[in-house]
Amino acid sequence: MDAIAIISIFVLAVFVGFEVVSKVSSTLHTPLMSGANAIHGVILVGAIIVADHSKTNLELGLSLAAIVLATINMVGGFVVTDRMLEMFKPKKDAAKAVVDEKGGK
Amino acid sequence: MNTTLYSLIGLGAGVAFILALKGLSHPKTARRGNLIGAAGATVATLSVFLYVTPPHDGTAAHSLPLHHLGLILAAIAVGLIVGVPAARKVEMTQMPQLVALFNGVGGGAAALVAIVEYLNLGADATTAEVIFTVFTVVVGCVSFSGSIITFMKLQELMTTRPVVFPGGRFVIAGTLVAVLGTSVWVVSALGTTPLLVLAALSLLFGVLFVLPVGGADVPIVISLLNAFTGLTVAASGYVLSSTLLIIAGTLVGASGTILTRLMAEAMGRSLFGTLFGAFTAKPQAASTSAEERPVRSGSPDDVAILLNYARRVVIVPGFGLAVAQAQHTVRELADLMISKGIDVAYGIHPVAGRMPGHMNVLLAEANVPYDQLAEMDEVNPTFGQTDVAIVIGANDVVNPAAQTTPGCPIYGMPILEVNHAANIIFLKRSMRPGFAGIENELLYDPKTMLLFGDAKASLTKVVSALKAL
Repeated sequence: MDAIAIISIFVLAVFVGFEVVSKVSSTLHTPLMSGANAIHGVILVGAIIVADHSKTNLELGLSLAAIVLATINMVGGFVVTDRMLEMFKPKKDAAKAVVDEKGGK
Repeated sequence: MNTTLYSLIGLGAGVAFILALKGLSHPKTARRGNLIGAAGATVATLSVFLYVTPPHDGTAAHSLPLHHLGLILAAIAVGLIVGVPAARKVEMTQMPQLVALFNGVGGGAAALVAIVEYLNLGADATTAEVIFTVFTVVVGCVSFSGSIITFMKLQELMTTRPVVFPGGRFVIAGTLVAVLGTSVWVVSALGTTPLLVLAALSLLFGVLFVLPVGGADVPIVISLLNAFTGLTVAASGYVLSSTLLIIAGTLVGASGTILTRLMAEAMGRSLFGTLFGAFTAKPQAASTSAEERPVRSGSPDDVAILLNYARRVVIVPGFGLAVAQAQHTVRELADLMISKGIDVAYGIHPVAGRMPGHMNVLLAEANVPYDQLAEMDEVNPTFGQTDVAIVIGANDVVNPAAQTTPGCPIYGMPILEVNHAANIIFLKRSMRPGFAGIENELLYDPKTMLLFGDAKASLTKVVSALKAL
């Protein structure tokens, strides 16, 4: 890939990154950080590529370690973010449960 | 799979990540946003198994399947076995440190990828590739070791106070110079040894960088290290010619930087001061609270009587609420007061707990209606008309020293001005100061009543006392 294309992608991605999170309430700071944290887990893709390229046992061992770490980062990150956000789901079920409880008494 | 399709899938995943961050910025779309991000990451990961990236040395790509496919799948399985249960089982109180840990392993993975690619390229590496490799190794290692230290601080495996030793800033500056020097050495001399020395020095620098950070600033540092890891992923994307990694890494780096700034603003901290605290921190004498001063402590009955005759009550939750898992009990108390016609609101400090938004997540778990949660700017003007402010396991976020005592570590941080309320009730485990380690004058105020004990046990007693009235 030529340098100009890479620089273009980089610069545009910087602006998009700035723009998408510029107005976010403090309530969502933690889930947003956690979600962004999960996204950089895609280094897993890079780890798999270098594992495929490995020529020596040292390279293979290090890249397998990278795969383990990257998987933890990616999958764990998305799961923990989802758990945080579970709390923001619409409260229909909860409200219904309360009504049922009162109706039963 | 041909190159075009593979690249398009990468682009699709990049778009998914943008939509994910966008979605995560609004409460209604946050959960969907996270799922979109997860879907993008999954598709991107699957696509790597169907396309062989040509090696850099110019040799043609081998045919599918990938080399070492079995081992790769086994390594992913190990990651799943470790990561998923950790994420599913973690207590709400411990989520911040888990996020720190996940960020650290991500940084470590990026550094390892860069090291492997460097070993693989050997003398074929271009100068640009070596420079990006050096960047990834340095920043990835700093992110790794720094995150481990923040994890230990949050898990209270080590002191939460700033760790400052005499001459510390010279040691840190010296390490930084050594890191930069070794970087130049790697770029000019190549070879494995300089790179490993560089990795070791970077790990050391990460530790030294985070040690002087005080407890209250830890979330900001996690966010910053998160942005760092994003940049390392972008840099390794350059070395591996992966547009996807460049886009994803840059997005996280940029949004993480903005988020770090937003967090710092919410806490009234200067970002610069936090980042370079390492270089400016001076050894401080530990705050002495040896002097015995009278406090007014009350019984659950006293608290119930006070609440029963109040017209407006503001509940201020803090980390103590999270530790005691008292969110359901506090909601019970609030519902009881509302049924007695008392006006109840929760005053939420943006950084109460161990992370921004911690309290919102915790109270949402107990199904506290969203409209009862009042943000700081909203609730502060109302404390003048508030009869009782109940502070549950919070300390630093209501400490008036942030407004009155220049030079104290939290000076300038916006606080919930409970000192303007007619009565203040503190539910505390002990007289221990808060996470920032500062004495709170409010505890000795004549209009303050203290109820000692575990927040959940205390609240339960208050609820039954209030029911009896």
